[in-house]
Amino acid sequence: MNPQVASNVNAPSPSTEAGKLATAAGAQSPLLRIRSTGGWRAVDVSELWRFRELLWFMMVRDIKIRYKQTALGIAWAVIQPLSTVLIFSLLFGRLARLPSDGVPYTLSTLVALLPWQLFVYALSQSSNSLVAEQRLIAKVYFPRLIVPMASVLAGVVDFLIAALLTLGAIIIFDVAGWFHFTLRLRVLALPGFALLALVTALAVGIWLSALNVKYRDVRYVLPFITQMWLFVTPVAYASTLVPSAYRALYGLNPMAGVVEGFRWGILGTRTPDWTLIFVSTAMVLALLISGLFYFRRVERSFADLV
Amino acid sequence: MTELAVRVEGIGKRYELGGPQAGYQTLREKLVEWGRNPFAGMRKGKTTRATFWALRGVSFEVKKGEVIGIIGRNGAGKSTLLKILSRITEPTEGGADIHGRIGSLLEVGTGFHPELTGRENVFLNGAILGMPRQEIIRKFDEIIAFAEIEKFVDTAVKHYSSGMYMRLAFAVAAHLEPEILVVDEVLAVGDAAFQKKCLGKMGEVAQGGRTVLFVSHQMNAVKSLCTKALWLKDGQVVDFADTNQLITRYLSQNGGETEWIASGNSAKLSNPFFDPTRFALVNPDLVPITGPVGAGDRVGVLIEGNAQQEHSALTVGFAVTAATGELMFWSLATDQPQDRWPHYDNGANRLVAWLPTHFLNEGDYVIELIVSLHFIQWMSQPGVNAPQLRLSVRGGLSQSPLWMMARPGLNAPLVEFDKIPLNRFTEREDRNG
Repeated sequence: MNPQVASNVNAPSPSTEAGKLATAAGAQSPLLRIRSTGGWRAVDVSELWRFRELLWFMMVRDIKIRYKQTALGIAWAVIQPLSTVLIFSLLFGRLARLPSDGVPYTLSTLVALLPWQLFVYALSQSSNSLVAEQRLIAKVYFPRLIVPMASVLAGVVDFLIAALLTLGAIIIFDVAGWFHFTLRLRVLALPGFALLALVTALAVGIWLSALNVKYRDVRYVLPFITQMWLFVTPVAYASTLVPSAYRALYGLNPMAGVVEGFRWGILGTRTPDWTLIFVSTAMVLALLISGLFYFRRVERSFADLV
Repeated sequence: MTELAVRVEGIGKRYELGGPQAGYQTLREKLVEWGRNPFAGMRKGKTTRATFWALRGVSFEVKKGEVIGIIGRNGAGKSTLLKILSRITEPTEGGADIHGRIGSLLEVGTGFHPELTGRENVFLNGAILGMPRQEIIRKFDEIIAFAEIEKFVDTAVKHYSSGMYMRLAFAVAAHLEPEILVVDEVLAVGDAAFQKKCLGKMGEVAQGGRTVLFVSHQMNAVKSLCTKALWLKDGQVVDFADTNQLITRYLSQNGGETEWIASGNSAKLSNPFFDPTRFALVNPDLVPITGPVGAGDRVGVLIEGNAQQEHSALTVGFAVTAATGELMFWSLATDQPQDRWPHYDNGANRLVAWLPTHFLNEGDYVIELIVSLHFIQWMSQPGVNAPQLRLSVRGGLSQSPLWMMARPGLNAPLVEFDKIPLNRFTEREDRNG
C-alpha cells in the first residue's frame, strides 16, 4: 500500500452524491457536522433540553455528595444559617443596634439569610464548577452550560431545609409573643424572589466559571466578591438604613430587592420598590444573556485549557 | 451501496506550545502583557507564541459497519482525532460529517464519584455517556451482571476493589449502543479474564454491524477487531488500508534498528529508578548484531540504565512482537528465582537477557524495552513509548535439508525426539514385578 490511498480519500466526491447521502442518512440518523466555528453564538436550547437528564443526575449527585463524609450531614444546612444569625444578632443587633424595621432583629436577619445563603452557595459552587469537572470536560462531550446550572440548582435543597427552619422560628416567635405573624397572600411572591436570587447567582456564576477556566484568579476573587456583596445587601440591617439619595443606586444590586422582597412577603415590612426590582431584574437578565454569550464563545477551548 | 458513516476532511488542530497547561494565564499576566503592549490584541495574528499542529490535513472515510483501528506512536495525534470526532474540542481547520448517533468512550468510568453507590454511578455515568434514563433502567441488571458486582450494587464505589471499579465502569460503557462508537484504549483494564471478556464484547459490537473507530496500542486487538486501520504519524495520515498489511508495515517501519541509545529527546523515559541509556541486540561477544540471525544463533538483549533510587516494584524486561502484529511474549528480569533478581547499583547498570535459541520462527520481530514500577507506573511501555529493536530470523530452523523456510505456526521450537524401544514399559513392569 502506498500513502496515495489516504490522499485519494481527500478527493472530494461529487457534491450531488454527498448531498444525496446527507439526505438519505438524515431519514433515520442525524447528520452531525463538526467544523471550526468562531465568534458569538446563542445558546442551543434544544440541545440543553435533550441533555436534561444529565442536568438532573448531576444535580442529584451534587446534593448527595454535599454532606457525605461529614459527621453532622444535612444538619449543616441548619447550623450554618443559625450560627450566622447568632453572630449577627449579637454583633449588629445587640452591640451596634442596627435597625430592623420594628421586627425582632433575629427574625429579620433569619428571613434575609434565607435567599442570601441560597445565592452565595449557588454562586460559589457554580463559579468553581467547570474547574471541578475538568476531567469530565476533557473526556466527554455535553453542553458545558449544564455544569454551572446543576451547581446552582443543587442549592435548592439547602434552601428548602433553611425555609423549614425559618418557619419553625416564626412559630416560636409568634407563640412567645415577640412577633405577631400574619399569613398574607403575598407569600406567593416568594418563589419569584427565590428564582431571582438563583438567576442572579447563575448569571454571575456563568461569567465567573468561564473566566475561571482561563484565569484561576477567580478562586481568590470569589470570597472577596461575596463579602463585598453581603455589605451592600440589607441582610444584617434594614434597607431603611440607606439614605434615600442612594436608594436608586442600591437597587442595582438585585439581591437587595430579593432580600427586601422576602422580608415583605414573610414579615410584612415595607412594600419593596417595584421599579427598583424591575431595574434589578433587567440588570440580571442583561448579565445572564451577556454571560451566556461569553460562555458559548469561550466554551470551545475549555477542553484545551482545563 | 454502502452508506457513509464518517467523513473526515482535512482536519487540523493547532495547539500553543508548552502544552495545554501553559494555556491558562493569570489575570495579572494578561494585564502586564496588555500594559506593555496595549495594541497587540488589536492587530491580526496576535499570537506570538509558538504553535504546533497536533493534527494536520487528516482525511478519510468510514462506511457504515466498518471497524477502523487507529494506530500510531504516542503524540501521533490519535487522541486529538478522537477528541475532535467526539466534539470535545473543535478542529482548527477542516471538518467531519458524522451520519448517525455517535457515542464516545475516551476513558472508562468518566464521572464516577467515589462517594456514590454502584447503582447511582451507573445512572450518572450512563447519562454522561448519553444513555437515556429509560435505556439505563432497561439494561441495569445486565450491566450489573456483566460487571459481576451484584452483591455490591448499593455500596459506595470507594469501597470497591480496583478490579470491581473497572469492571463496573466498563460494563456501563459496553452497554452503550450508538450507531457510531469511538473508543480509546479502554480494553487495557482489569485482570486478564476481564480483558478477554471486554475484547469479546468489543467483538460483538464490531460484528453487530456498528461503525467503530478504535484507538489502540495493542496490535493483537486491532488485528482481531478491525477490518481497516488508519496509521497516524506526527499528526498526519501515513496510510489507511487493510489492517493486516498496514500493521506489518507499521511494525517494520517502527523498529528498524538493532541498537538504541538514549538521546536528549527521550526525556519521557528518564526516571530515578532505572533510566535506560542503551538497548541493543548483541551477539555472545556483546557486539551489536547487524542483519538477520539464524534460529540457532545466540542473541542477547542488552539493557543498560542508570539507577539512583531503589524501588521494590521495579520491573525491567522486554516484549517480543512479531512484525505481523502478534505479541509473542514478555520477559522480565524478575521472572527468575528471587535470589537471581538483579540488584541495581547506584549509577550505571548492564543487563543481558539471552533469547531462547530455536524458539522463534523465521520472520521479523520487534523487541521493545519494558521498564515499569509494577502496577504503579510505566516508564517504558511497549507500543506506547518503548524503544524498539528489530530482529530478523532467517533459517536455521531445522537441521533437515527439507525445511528451508518458515515453519507453519507462530513458534518454531526445537523439540527433542527420542526413539524408544517398543517394549520399554513392558521391560520395566517385568523388573518391578
